[in-house]
Amino acid sequence: MIAKTRKQEFWGGVRDEAPILLGVVPFGLLFGALAISAQLGSLASQAMSAIIFAGSAQFIAAQLVASGSSGLVIVLVVFVVNLRHALYSASLAPHVRQLGTGWKLLLSYLLTDEAYAVTITHYNREGDAPDRHWYFLGAGLTLWSAWQASTAVGIFIGAQIPASWPLGFVLPLTFIALVVPALKDRAGVVAALVAGLVGLLAFGLPYKTGLLLAALIGIITGLVIEGRQK
Amino acid sequence: MNIWVIMIIGGLLTFATRLSFIFLLDRIKVPDWFRRGLRFVPVAVLSAIILPELTSPNNTLFLSWRNPELLAGLVAILVAWRTKNVLLTILAGMAALVIIQLLFGHFGF
Repeated sequence: MIAKTRKQEFWGGVRDEAPILLGVVPFGLLFGALAISAQLGSLASQAMSAIIFAGSAQFIAAQLVASGSSGLVIVLVVFVVNLRHALYSASLAPHVRQLGTGWKLLLSYLLTDEAYAVTITHYNREGDAPDRHWYFLGAGLTLWSAWQASTAVGIFIGAQIPASWPLGFVLPLTFIALVVPALKDRAGVVAALVAGLVGLLAFGLPYKTGLLLAALIGIITGLVIEGRQK
Repeated sequence: MNIWVIMIIGGLLTFATRLSFIFLLDRIKVPDWFRRGLRFVPVAVLSAIILPELTSPNNTLFLSWRNPELLAGLVAILVAWRTKNVLLTILAGMAALVIIQLLFGHFGF
């Protein structure tokens, strides 16, 4: 166990999170600009970054709002897309169990993919210590600040872009850029194809409920194929 | 549902997910199928949005080589596959869309 002061821990988290911002800030800018072009309004766009505070779920929510999906479908999709955070929560739980409720609430709010990545690495490398959670706070707050600020700048930029530009097409392109590199094995590829095809066939279902059906069938297909390969 | 209601419920659910095990400690184990299934969530959800979006640009099915969004989407998929670069993929897809729309518009392909 290496004991450090609160200040050292906090700034350690800030320092380790900083390089990751290079990858996060462009997405914040893009989100702000696209949310505006999806007619979300600048206040709601900024609020979404503070309230949901999860990149991919925010992009999807903006897209679904723009295409007139029902509120229930949007809420369910956001929930499912963010379910992975339960794994991060489980993985960090033993390290923060001694903290009070206030700390647990605050750190949970700040628990994003990027904050988790550096924080769990820190715990694994340095072990538990009384003030270790200040590192988590430093990393989480750094990402939070960058995400809010880049959203704000993106909203400003988005408001300057003429409405005639086909900016709406950037959203599906962003999704393509996220999905295609993630297809690393047969189970993933088939899951994507099945989800896409069911989404297409079920497109006529009201309020985009076809999206939920398609995602569910895609996930189950992926699990089945992966199970068979073992 | 109002956009603010959607955001607040979506935000609360996300927060509850993040808080779940931190609050319940590690009394509950994450089931294995859940852990494995999560990997397919983004891929399935995003694909289920992408394909209808490319084939039905104006909310009506337009499955044809004369559909500029579909062609530009295929270009983007190719670029994403070869480069794994988000910015390049977006730029290539947008450029393809603009060029294809110009070609169809001006030369009546």
